[in-house]
Amino acid sequence: MATANDTVDFRFASDQSLLVYFDQKISPEAHRRIRALLHLLALEPVAGVRNLHPAYCSVLVDFDALKFAHGELEAILHGYVSRLDEVRLPDPREFEIPTCYGGEHGPDLNEVARLHGISPDQVIHLHSAAAYTVYFLGFVPGFGYLGELPETLRTPRLASPRPTTPAGSVGIADSQTGIYPFAAPGGWRLIGRTPFAMFRHERENMSLLNVGDRVRFVPISSAQFSALLEA
Amino acid sequence: MSSILVESPGLLTTVQDLGRPGFGHIGVSPSGAADPLSLRLGNRLVGNAENAAALEMTLVGGTFIFRQDAIVAVTGSDFGPTLDNVAVRHGEAIEVHANQTLRLGATRSGARCYLCVSGGISVPMFLGSTSTHLLSGLGGFEGRALRKGDILKIGAASGPFRKKRIAPHVMKHLSSRNVLRCTPGPQADWFPEFVQGSFYSSRYRVGEQSNRMGLRLEGPPLPLEARPMITEGVSLGAIQVPSGGLPIILFVDQQTTGGYPKIANVISADLHCVGQLRPRDEIHFAKATFEEARALLIEQESMLASPGAIVE
Repeated sequence: MATANDTVDFRFASDQSLLVYFDQKISPEAHRRIRALLHLLALEPVAGVRNLHPAYCSVLVDFDALKFAHGELEAILHGYVSRLDEVRLPDPREFEIPTCYGGEHGPDLNEVARLHGISPDQVIHLHSAAAYTVYFLGFVPGFGYLGELPETLRTPRLASPRPTTPAGSVGIADSQTGIYPFAAPGGWRLIGRTPFAMFRHERENMSLLNVGDRVRFVPISSAQFSALLEA
Repeated sequence: MSSILVESPGLLTTVQDLGRPGFGHIGVSPSGAADPLSLRLGNRLVGNAENAAALEMTLVGGTFIFRQDAIVAVTGSDFGPTLDNVAVRHGEAIEVHANQTLRLGATRSGARCYLCVSGGISVPMFLGSTSTHLLSGLGGFEGRALRKGDILKIGAASGPFRKKRIAPHVMKHLSSRNVLRCTPGPQADWFPEFVQGSFYSSRYRVGEQSNRMGLRLEGPPLPLEARPMITEGVSLGAIQVPSGGLPIILFVDQQTTGGYPKIANVISADLHCVGQLRPRDEIHFAKATFEEARALLIEQESMLASPGAIVE
């Protein structure tokens, strides 16, 4: 069921999907190859491939089983994978995300600080000093998985997820950070909130963030938050 | 343009078509009808393309007043349809006259019933689909479930009324089943043989908090060794096992990625059955190979595609 060549490992996920693993850990090289595969598949789409779900080190390829079987798709994808080194990727776009830390907007900030034995201001400083890569978008529309958090901030998820998390909330979980585009249930620890709308269907680029972008968080006051709030 | 007044929305009624594939890379799940076979057949009964937008009702149906004449079909589970308080047939094309009231009640079989109208429900397309994704408030009718007083616009009818119904052998195929066939999930090898044995021999109950995103199952928890898992893409019908050991079937409004191991995946030919499961229904899982799953899908599609699936 799983076959390997030098570079990727294929695994059947369902009768109509195939997982392509580039690594078994989060790595910049796997990320580059995933971006390259998405880029190639966007330029030369495969008829019968219905959906692509990129993640940290894998891409789930959802296909129409009436068109082909797993083995045939594997053969086609091998052809793409063998060309990944030739792909010239565009330079990453850079974003600054204004974020109001703590208080009502970041209800877990103090707890995160306590868990690591540092002050809330140090959490804010560490979180906003780092530059993050958008490894992929997933979970809900426009939710970017940003990595990687500075070692000091790595924090497990809440034992029991919140039934709802306000849109714009900035959370951390393990080595990742991310922004909730919609009010959604969630177990990430919330340290702040951005007034930016991360996903808007009427905007040309619906999702503010895309795979491969670089992101920095910029601390703002709660007055600035209110002034910048995008409904 | 013709329209329908929502006199009562029912428990949870949304606009759905066959879904929105192709946007997994921005985190957009496919959505679409929970029982796509019933939606496709209903649309064929009224002369629509199979993918036309229709109403999906859940457990308790709504009441709809037609402003103009229309051709409709009610498919999926039997919600006891009546037209001006006279029972009408399920799974058949029905002629509705202006100012008549179509009422759907509580389900007599599975979870979902579809109301298809000739010309389709007219709502704006979002990323190529009219399906509603409730969590993000995108697609469908204003991105939400219908409310009392909503007015739904209907496209132009595609032809005159013709008496048509779903063939008995197709109705039989659609009837509810409590055995879901599964192929191994991508982390099946994380679950030792005895755990898999327990998974395939246990009866599970569909939990009350189940919805279009996922069905939470109640039953004997599966013992699971704690092991870090890197978040990856999840497929429709994936059965993930969180640390508590109670499986969750990821469904049409699913999250696009997840960080729990998947023991199995419901086969495509049985996904329509998942869409008809009600809270408290009892189910169990049976093993299928990938070859069997594909053959069953091809067989199901050829049955649906045959002209004999709809009879006059």
